[in-house]
Amino acid sequence: MTQSTEGLTGQSKLLRAGSAGGRVPRDIRRGRPRLYTSYDADSSLLDTPAKRWWTLGVVLLAFAAPFWLTRDLTHLLSVAAVMGIAGIGLNLLTGYAGQISLGHPFFMALGAYTGAVVAGTPGSIVIGWELDLSLALLLAAIVPGVVGLVVAPLATRVRGLYLAVLTLGLLMLGEQLFKQWAAVTGGSGVGRAGAEPVLFGSDLTRTYALGPVLLPPHTSLYLLCLVLLIVLAVAARNLARSRAGRAFAAVRDQDVAAEIMGVNLLRTKTLAFALSSAYAGVAGCLYAILIGRVAPEQWNILLAINLLAIVVIGGVATISGSLMGAAFVVLLPRLLEWVAPWLPFVSTGSDGLITVFQLQSILFGVLIVLFLILEPRGLFGLWHRVRTYFKAWPFSY
Amino acid sequence: MNTLLTALVAGLGDGAVYALIAVSFVVIFRATGVLNFAQPGLLILGTWATSVLAVDRGMPFWLAVALAVLAVALLSMGVERVAIRPMIGRPVFSTALVTVGLFTILLVLAFRLFAARARTINDPWQLDQWCLLDGEVLCAVPLYQHHAGKIAVTAVVLTALGLWLSRSRVGLAMRATSLDQEAAMAQGINVGRMFSLSWALGGGLAALGGVLLAANGSVVQANDALFALVALPALILGGIDSFRGAVVGGLVIGLISAIARTYQPIHAPWLGPNFENVAPYVVMILVLLIRPYGLFGTREVRRV
Repeated sequence: MTQSTEGLTGQSKLLRAGSAGGRVPRDIRRGRPRLYTSYDADSSLLDTPAKRWWTLGVVLLAFAAPFWLTRDLTHLLSVAAVMGIAGIGLNLLTGYAGQISLGHPFFMALGAYTGAVVAGTPGSIVIGWELDLSLALLLAAIVPGVVGLVVAPLATRVRGLYLAVLTLGLLMLGEQLFKQWAAVTGGSGVGRAGAEPVLFGSDLTRTYALGPVLLPPHTSLYLLCLVLLIVLAVAARNLARSRAGRAFAAVRDQDVAAEIMGVNLLRTKTLAFALSSAYAGVAGCLYAILIGRVAPEQWNILLAINLLAIVVIGGVATISGSLMGAAFVVLLPRLLEWVAPWLPFVSTGSDGLITVFQLQSILFGVLIVLFLILEPRGLFGLWHRVRTYFKAWPFSY
Repeated sequence: MNTLLTALVAGLGDGAVYALIAVSFVVIFRATGVLNFAQPGLLILGTWATSVLAVDRGMPFWLAVALAVLAVALLSMGVERVAIRPMIGRPVFSTALVTVGLFTILLVLAFRLFAARARTINDPWQLDQWCLLDGEVLCAVPLYQHHAGKIAVTAVVLTALGLWLSRSRVGLAMRATSLDQEAAMAQGINVGRMFSLSWALGGGLAALGGVLLAANGSVVQANDALFALVALPALILGGIDSFRGAVVGGLVIGLISAIARTYQPIHAPWLGPNFENVAPYVVMILVLLIRPYGLFGTREVRRV
């Protein structure tokens, strides 16, 4: 493969014009994992062998997990994967593009109800077209994305705290709309079932056998969520290092300066809004399938705070952070349930000092505050410190 | 006509409370530049404290209110010292998120303290009413005493606050701090103390707002904290940094809410029940689109 040498001078031109075509021989690179000889290598996703192996290990582990975990833990991991998708979506908007939003549950709800209408079963009041889940997921991304596209120009008129308040208003109006629109949502306090998981004609509520491996419903749902999570996470990570991603960061850091440098503010913010709404829509659709029944009241400000907790605890403007945050936020209640018997002040009834649920909510709040004050980069920042410590060992930096 | 008058009277009464809550936001915003999303939590704790003191302990209502306001003011001061002070110099975005975290903590605390029970606060007004216009059988335009009480309390408190801010040395120092922290510091003002003071004021006003919000002859639950968010539309309408705007915004939002409550079920039933709870947000979104800095707010100057 011969590459162009236009615009290159000196050593780099020689390197690229040489017989190896710009590739540095392996024996020179050996032991120097961070020796990059091209921009592509410098900005690649998995730029060190350690990252490559870690990622491979984690992905393999994630795929193997449902086969030796119990049914309810698998379900919990599926919810974590779904919240991861929603968290990544919010992180694109809030972390990368710096537009704080409390209205994300509204877009999740849009996705959930779109999916339920397209692939759900019709009931006495609710409508459902009983189409394939693939179509439902696609539309669950498109409909919230388009609504995001419509809302975005409004949102670009306001900045910072005003945007937070505006999206809060959107959340309130959305709740009213969903309560009213019983044909789609089942109505206030009743709700409806999510989409039927029939993917490409195969009903995921049945158990399948792939050779010696059994795929019970919860496992196939988990695998579906996992695959979508991986695809969407890689897409988001790729977007973040593209031109659009750099525009997001420029707008976040100083929007006037970004505008003067030629970043189209309206287009950038609209893209961030539409994309993050589409992510939220997919997450909402899957969430409704996992939970089984969703009522209009569910998409409230507490869910918005949970999503913000994912972003903040995980790490603002990092994809892996969002994944860690989602796992943390979803698994923390279960962890607390396990340790509750050893905590004398926690009760399962209403007579003790505090219940597990209340403790968990309080912990979310406390952790948001603590992370913002002490480690603004979240769990990712903690991990980064550990990594840097070992990388620099035996030196302190 | 009588229906409209009744709605207007009730709207002014509720609007007075919204104004008080909106002012509590403004006090904190002007001092620290933070929109304090934790305000509903402080508010509901104020209601709870009043309820405990006035109902469970049997204290006189006004003494209970004073103690509750004082307690919440102290709590708010502590919160500022622990969670907000370390955020000075960090992006507003992060500080706002901190207050969202605080909101969760305070709200859960309120849920725990209320223990799923509806409480009363034993206010002196209950459901008594005066009659403004006599009808043929019933009263045509009633004025609930609690509405009159709300207007009176808000008027007295806000007048006192306005006078104190404009006349006293400390008020001057607070205004100086909100204008320019570094310049205020150079003049020998203890900026940290001004932060504490404004958070205490904001918390106290929120607590008082919570008490008035609960004084409607009915019961109050922990969940009612979310009604305090209705002060946000009032705040946006008036302008986020203007006391006058907060008062006007609060009253207007109260009126709009009351009119929606009276007329929407008849004229626009397709908007659904409880539309009056979201009508303020419709107004807010319109205001944000047309005049993002509100009626009386300072137009934001953006510098690079």
